[in-house]
Amino acid sequence: MAYLDIKHVVRKFGGLVAVNDITVGLEQGEIFGLIGPNGSGKTTLFNTINNYYPANSGEIIFKGIPITRMSTHKICRLGIGRTFQVVKPLRRMTVLENVMAGAFLRTNSATKARDKALEIVDFCELMPRKDMPAKDLPIADKKRMEIARSLAGDPELILLDETAAGLNLKEIEAAMVIVKKIRDSGITCFVVEHVMKFLMGISDRVMCINFGVEIARGTPKEMSRHPEVIKAYLGEEYVKGK
Amino acid sequence: MAKKSWFLPAILGIVAIALPPFLGGYFQHILILVMMWIAMATGWNLLGGYCGQASLGSAAFFGLGAYGAGLLHLHWGISPWWGVIAGPVLAIIVCIPIGLVTFRLRGGYFVLSMLAVCETIRIVFLNWVEMSAGPLGIIIERTWGMEKLPYYYMVLAIAALSLYVVYRLMKSKFGYYFVSIREDQDAAEGLGIPSTKYKMYALIPCAGIIGLAGAFYMNYMAFIEPNVVFPLIISATMILTVMLGGPGTFWGPALGATIFVLLSELLRAFAGPVIGTIHYLLFALILVLVIMFLPNGIVGEWAKIRRLFRGKKPVYVGGE
Repeated sequence: MAYLDIKHVVRKFGGLVAVNDITVGLEQGEIFGLIGPNGSGKTTLFNTINNYYPANSGEIIFKGIPITRMSTHKICRLGIGRTFQVVKPLRRMTVLENVMAGAFLRTNSATKARDKALEIVDFCELMPRKDMPAKDLPIADKKRMEIARSLAGDPELILLDETAAGLNLKEIEAAMVIVKKIRDSGITCFVVEHVMKFLMGISDRVMCINFGVEIARGTPKEMSRHPEVIKAYLGEEYVKGK
Repeated sequence: MAKKSWFLPAILGIVAIALPPFLGGYFQHILILVMMWIAMATGWNLLGGYCGQASLGSAAFFGLGAYGAGLLHLHWGISPWWGVIAGPVLAIIVCIPIGLVTFRLRGGYFVLSMLAVCETIRIVFLNWVEMSAGPLGIIIERTWGMEKLPYYYMVLAIAALSLYVVYRLMKSKFGYYFVSIREDQDAAEGLGIPSTKYKMYALIPCAGIIGLAGAFYMNYMAFIEPNVVFPLIISATMILTVMLGGPGTFWGPALGATIFVLLSELLRAFAGPVIGTIHYLLFALILVLVIMFLPNGIVGEWAKIRRLFRGKKPVYVGGE
């Protein structure tokens, strides 16, 4: 059994099937990438994993424990952290306080939470920003703060939702370094991404979905040449040999 | 910084303890009201200001606290001073099922359901005469007759206790979780914060503190009836004082309560013969102005106010 087992998950919004029978297994310690055009169901799949939107059918199993019907905060306690595509900073709290809010998951002591948060803020290279209100951060740092906040709760698996979207090239490279650092510290990463450069550089395996259905899976290199993937992103006429 | 922030509260504390014996009964009465409203506003701020769950019916807790004390006397002849325990307990017992039901919903449900609950309780207390003595109300004999000073120290202790409770909570994990829920409930859940549970943890001390103020009111005023302790105006005044002083700030509610009581006494004393009870209209106007120009209250916008008086143009950081 895989580390995170997603089996035949379906999520509908009215008549729209946003996630249609997705089955995938993640192995411990890997960086698994999920790509797909806009509206293909990537974020919805994430939202079903930590039960913001309950799956209509199918099953999700983490470390052998079914989490399909578990409440969001319990899933987090079990060891799945996440960041948001549309960032959700705790606006009127400082960066350090944001990260402390995450750190309180594993401790009741404010002193310990502060120490842990400082360590993580340093790990994510946010030290110069630590006393700034979260709402005043530039977007790249907001995204980084979300990663830090999530890491502070000691996750074993982290869901990173479009960490690179809206960042410039330099910021993307910095974000790649951090994701690699996270993986090297033993945390499994499930990464949703638009920016191909980002995913190609770091992921072990990539899956591509479109209209909620899996269309291809393989190594990053295979994916960049896969006719179905090219078709989904660029249109039929860009597939070679046609 | 730490030294400076304790300087002013320490001075105020000493003044609050040492000054009242030298004042006349009328001023002692006003200070008693100030302290009572400080306790209530501070309690309301815990749930409404820090945790973001504004309640439109917190008079329910006040009234239940008062009746918790009054009913002991009415039915069993027990000293209403036991109400300082019975009142908060009754308020907490009633608040738990309300919270359990409404906190599962988002947004305005809690606000409105508290309003409905408060009105329901008021009507029950008005009509269930065997239980509550109905509109006749409950009259007790005051322990200290016309002497005001013991009551003042009592309510000073209650205000200090409520400030202490809120201070300790906000320095702990609870505080961080309350504010996280206010700022973004989805993000909070994603960080492993059980939001419903922590809203309850904010509601219970809030109801307890306001209930305690209610129990004190019974003992001090010596007369209660449902329309006196459950009216919408008490709930609204709690909101007004917190909005004025600064929701989600530690000293804001206390400052707002002080300004409110002093200003309404001033208006009543000097302008009363001319404008009557129209002073509430003035408070409504003040509230509108505060919301427009000081959305985070006096304490929350202190930096802005200071810049204004120094004559410099305000500098806006971020997208304010």
